[in-house]
Amino acid sequence: MIHSRKVLRILIVVLSIMVLFISISAFASETQDVAKETASASTTPWWVWPLVLFVVTFILGILAVLGGVGGGVLFVPIVGGFFPFNIDFVRGAGLLVALAGALAAGPGLLKRNLASLRLALPVALIASSAAIVGAMIGLALKPNVVNILLGATILFIVLIMGTAKKSDFPKVPKPDNLSQSLHIMGIYREESLGKDIEWQVHRTPQGLALFIVIGVMAGMFGLGAGWANVPVLNLLMGAPLKISVATSKFLLSITDTSAAWVYLNQGAVLPMIVVPSIVGIMLGSIVGVKILVKSKPKAIKSMVIGLLFFAGLRALLKGLEIWK
Amino acid sequence: MTEDRKKASEEQLAYAGVLNIGMWIGLALLVVTFIVYISGALPSYVPIEKLSEIPQGSNVPYWGMRAHELNEVFNIPTGWGWTSLVGKGDYLNFVGIAMLGGLSILCYLAILPILIRKKDTSYVVIAVLEVAVLLLAASGILKAGGH
Repeated sequence: MIHSRKVLRILIVVLSIMVLFISISAFASETQDVAKETASASTTPWWVWPLVLFVVTFILGILAVLGGVGGGVLFVPIVGGFFPFNIDFVRGAGLLVALAGALAAGPGLLKRNLASLRLALPVALIASSAAIVGAMIGLALKPNVVNILLGATILFIVLIMGTAKKSDFPKVPKPDNLSQSLHIMGIYREESLGKDIEWQVHRTPQGLALFIVIGVMAGMFGLGAGWANVPVLNLLMGAPLKISVATSKFLLSITDTSAAWVYLNQGAVLPMIVVPSIVGIMLGSIVGVKILVKSKPKAIKSMVIGLLFFAGLRALLKGLEIWK
Repeated sequence: MTEDRKKASEEQLAYAGVLNIGMWIGLALLVVTFIVYISGALPSYVPIEKLSEIPQGSNVPYWGMRAHELNEVFNIPTGWGWTSLVGKGDYLNFVGIAMLGGLSILCYLAILPILIRKKDTSYVVIAVLEVAVLLLAASGILKAGGH
């Protein structure tokens, strides 16, 4: 009985947010239709959209923290799917949103030795180079192709989030030669257990190879790539979960930088979209951290998965021109 | 020995220090320049109210156009061309954005002397290559085709 009430509550919240996004989308196309009929000017004052964007990104910032995902992965499909902005500018803003979040979190994670510079630097070199290629491919593709690929990627992320297991302390029987020669290892204090955890990694060449794919996708879609970084660092390479999450977050500050420069240099960055989004997501994240203490993470994670599924489906159908 | 390994390394702390200062400066610049932009204190290169307008003969507003189309319509320079428009309200915002974008390069340059002093050759090479990659991305040399 209590379980079904919880499910009902989650469904109501998810449906309310979906209705909000559909209303935004409908409002966008309606005002465009009216504008086309009357004259060339839009009937909506210019400040309405940045304001709505700020409110929506504030909500996304809260959900991202509670759902344990990066802001970029929610931002691009939702803003790209339901706002009147071109996907080029949304991806440019998505990268800067993820970049700002990573830059803000980076110093604390590095100082506490949770993000490992020795682990991040070789990975960042591969991922940031690949992100440049991804950004160039993404800007050359037609918007409907980007939307189809983005939708498919988001639905794949939903699958990963719903099924992938995480391992707090993966067993690494023997570190590989590459990680040994680069001295990728460390030790950190696990406060929840009250003990020091020594860690090392294995399968480094395979992990680095996967970061080529992750980098390309991050650049192509403007997504932060935490959803892919963490499983590779944690499940494949065997870094402890906390080290993986922290290093992944720090890693975005380098990966997204290279792709963001490509978007900036191609004129695919509009301050009117970027700044309200960064401020909205950051303020939302601060509120999200406060709510996190009292919330039930599992229920919220289901809600975020539901929203991502909806946004991914919207991008896919938009790309296929089934739901314009 | 274990106590030493538990602490963040010298280069990690140096990276964090530069990142911390640069991040706050960049974010503050972003917010201040955006207030200048929307307040109209400086004239914008692309008038602020234009972005949401639908040009005649088009189905989408200006901010619904592809980036290269918008650049063509308003004759917006690409690459580092924005620096010549930094006196305009909209392009003033790019100072903060470029600061955030350039921050990682500064962080790498800050740790390079430490890595060299420690004779950590492999990480010196990685850091130099990363700076080269980020400078290449920032240079504006790379162009996306297909238009």
